Amino acid sequence: MTRSDKETLLSVEGLGIAFGGLKAVNNVSFGVRPGEIVSIIGPNGAGKTTLFNMISGIYLPSMGQVTLSGEDVTGIAPHLLARRGMSRTFQNLQIFQSMTVLENAIAGYHLQERGPVLADLFGLPSSRARAKRAEAGARKLLERVGLDRAAEREAGNLSYGSLKRLEIARALALDPKILLLDEPAAGCNAVETEEIDHLIAEVAASGVAILLVEHDMKMVMRISNHIVVLDHGEKIAEGDPATVSRNPAVVAAYLGAENADG
Amino acid sequence: MKLTPKSATLLVLAVLVALSPLFFPSGYYYRVGALIFVNGIAVTGIVILTGWAGQISLGHAGFAGIGAYACALAPAHWSLHPALAVVLGAAISALLAWLVGRPILRLRGYYLGVATLGFGILVSMVLNNERDLTRGPDGIEVPELGLRALLKGWGLDLSNGQFWYFFCGLCLIAGAWLALNLYNSPTGRALRALHGSEVAARTVGVDLARMKLQAFMISAVYASVSGSLLALQNKFITPDVAGFMHSIEMVTMAVLGGVGSVLGAIFGAGALTLLPQALTVFAEYEQMVLGLVMMLVMIFLREGLLPSILRKLRGRGE
Repeated sequence: MTRSDKETLLSVEGLGIAFGGLKAVNNVSFGVRPGEIVSIIGPNGAGKTTLFNMISGIYLPSMGQVTLSGEDVTGIAPHLLARRGMSRTFQNLQIFQSMTVLENAIAGYHLQERGPVLADLFGLPSSRARAKRAEAGARKLLERVGLDRAAEREAGNLSYGSLKRLEIARALALDPKILLLDEPAAGCNAVETEEIDHLIAEVAASGVAILLVEHDMKMVMRISNHIVVLDHGEKIAEGDPATVSRNPAVVAAYLGAENADG
Repeated sequence: MKLTPKSATLLVLAVLVALSPLFFPSGYYYRVGALIFVNGIAVTGIVILTGWAGQISLGHAGFAGIGAYACALAPAHWSLHPALAVVLGAAISALLAWLVGRPILRLRGYYLGVATLGFGILVSMVLNNERDLTRGPDGIEVPELGLRALLKGWGLDLSNGQFWYFFCGLCLIAGAWLALNLYNSPTGRALRALHGSEVAARTVGVDLARMKLQAFMISAVYASVSGSLLALQNKFITPDVAGFMHSIEMVTMAVLGGVGSVLGAIFGAGALTLLPQALTVFAEYEQMVLGLVMMLVMIFLREGLLPSILRKLRGRGE
């Protein structure tokens, strides 16, 4: 495989998982290089989110291997993957609802701001300094995603589109080497989608590898360097946007899905 | 000048502790006040564990029992000073919380509730049955702390009731201060984050097992100190301190007052300590009225008494 060269940051080899005999994802392989945007597309139920959950350590794959920066990280717990530079957002929002927008963003700095619990209990200067640094970083990130003016609001009261951006901000707070975005533009209007679009391109340009699941085909075709197509849990095609959109198997999968829906 | 929520809470507590005695009809109320503060310390631990970290314990009285019996047994057997016995009890509680918490904190919701319940019952059984050591259900005497005599030597002459009132009040304020420090600290944020969404907390690097264990240990220390203070002021303790009813009482006080807020939970401790005193006019219906009040609060003021009241007041002000 030509793409799993030395440059590859994240490589997925023959990954699969079965739920009670049903193969939700089967034998999927691909790679992501730094600064590259790789999109995973496919009809509903193709296994995109399941694939994400395996890569990010939430599900334990029943076959295959995930390699990050040359190290085998298959089945490693999510909090350990975070330390190795992996960060993600969720299709169904996972926001800390009762915390403020700012606190949500600061939570993304957990690995940088955490310290001895006794220092935190006694409010020692070291603890306050850690928290202050994280807060400064979080405020900058909120500005970057256009949420700085909502910083003190309770996150649960924000609009859907704003929460999507808040999740991206929180994920960026980890200063990741690879960012997994699960439908970042779902439920967003055209303006918000374009903003997210710019944000993703900007993050990729800074050298972060991006793995994207997205239903908005225009967005996918516009920003992806490479596309992996899944159907019924299997990879049916991969390549640059132009190649993939011409692939008969891909067209059939999407048309078939549309017929089934209609 | 705008007060931070932390200073506001501490100020309210300090004013309440300092000024309430002005309205006491009799010296007996110092004793009631001290009981409220002792309960307040335990529920502050519940706020950290349940209100912030979202974990349920129905066995925290077990830790109160350890704190209480440490003050009875360590001075008697090892001639340890009672003040050091409080520290020893807290250390044993933290250690036990660590041992017990590691396997059971992997459980969630009602499974965790039942597992902690089992722990509480276990401690209670040991205290009841190890008669050679604990003298069983009849209870055991606890030595004098000695601080009151010391203060008297320095010219501060307090009655027994007054001493325990102010001493427990100061301990409560210190406990609240620690908890409020924690709230806005990196650890507190991680605890509240895992309460909000475990999966998201994990992906930002929060080690769930470790953070839950820390919250469990901290709240165990609160319960232990609360038990120690109860034992020391009563100069006598029975295994009831570790009983199931006491565990339930802690959680009920916290939830009734507002489990997400330190001041709310302490308010709940006050309400549930005072209510039975106020309800003595209803004599045999006391328990029924108490149960009814609790049900009504949970149905109509789900956030707890204090947060709901504050929200109403704020809504009117704007």
